[in-house]
Amino acid sequence: MTSNCRRPEHTAPPDVFYNEVEAKKYSQNSRMIEIQTQMSERAVELLNLPEGQPCFLLDVGCGSGLSGDFLSEEGHYWVGVDISTAMLDVALDREVEGDLLVGDMGHGMPFRPGTFDGCISISALQWLCNADKRSHSPPKRLYTFFSTLYSSLSRGSRAIFQLYPENSEQLELITTQAMRAGFGGGMVVDYPNSSKAKKFFLCLFAGVTGSLPKGLGTETSDRAVSNQVQYSGQRCRFKGMKGKSAKKGRDWILEKKERRRRQGREVRADTKYTARQRKPHF
Amino acid sequence: MFVNMKLLTHNMLTSHVKGVTKGYPLLIKATEVKVNEVDFNPQFVSRMIPKLEWSALVQAADELGHRQDLPVELVPEYEKNEEFLKKVHRVLLEVEVIEGCLRCPESGREFPISRGIPNMLLNDDEV
Repeated sequence: MTSNCRRPEHTAPPDVFYNEVEAKKYSQNSRMIEIQTQMSERAVELLNLPEGQPCFLLDVGCGSGLSGDFLSEEGHYWVGVDISTAMLDVALDREVEGDLLVGDMGHGMPFRPGTFDGCISISALQWLCNADKRSHSPPKRLYTFFSTLYSSLSRGSRAIFQLYPENSEQLELITTQAMRAGFGGGMVVDYPNSSKAKKFFLCLFAGVTGSLPKGLGTETSDRAVSNQVQYSGQRCRFKGMKGKSAKKGRDWILEKKERRRRQGREVRADTKYTARQRKPHF
Repeated sequence: MFVNMKLLTHNMLTSHVKGVTKGYPLLIKATEVKVNEVDFNPQFVSRMIPKLEWSALVQAADELGHRQDLPVELVPEYEKNEEFLKKVHRVLLEVEVIEGCLRCPESGREFPISRGIPNMLLNDDEV
């Protein structure tokens, strides 16, 4: 959750920060595009839309429409809302397929009840936690946003927010306001063991309480009992191997592969050849 | 293909100015309207019809001069009526507003539309 670089929401309000220069990056920087598309893919997966049915979706903080492109590819129709006109201009130039609106999340969503089959939002929610004007009150703006969003979603649909929370208080503020507005659900964390691949998704259910999906890469890290010592034999792991390198054994390699798997990296499967020494060649 | 405000979006939009209770339907004052070919998806159109405010759609199409022969009342069993679905598809997804404004029927507040993007931002005293 801590990062060395300055968070963009600390530098300026969103409509100022995403100026022409910053907006241009979103149409040219291939790394940014790739990350955005990946996150939208995962968000749509979490939305759990009915198979093979074109849906009407809302994209909050759609920016240049990168996430929307993925929705169009999947055959869905969408409406995007963003506060930055420079970003929307990029979306216009990229000729995205959804409809666009200029709007502030904190003012509420101006839609009729039950309009959308789902809502996604990539890296936008954390902007709402800042007070950029004297009249802004983050808890109030969050509540206005969530309550109007709740009414504009159809019953049983979901809203998925990918976000970069600054600290646990911020996360708590966001979730409390969402619950107050009537949503059910909670946080899904993908790859919790990796500092780079770790991603936070706030999954909110409107109307029906479903079970919360699991974060990717969490299967192997689940420890059964958390208040007991797990593996006391581990301490004397290297006792019997005096003089030998600890890092060459099969056990060490298997453990390292397991560790990397937990971080969500690509790791070859364990076979009988794992850690086997090669024949000497002349 | 260019993004402009479609009547589908208009049908869902309401005014959210402080104190307004019904702010719907928004009146369209268009200075530039375009018709843009979009692939016909009968499944999507028939799924959206129950969600639409039919009278508002007919009124909006009328205002823009693209109503053609859209009936005042919704046709029964529209799912199987492909000709009707095509008409709705045309009004819903192909008729687009590029320049103009949306007017809140209750407060009279106008939301400008430029380059096909409605600006729904509120002033501080309207929140």
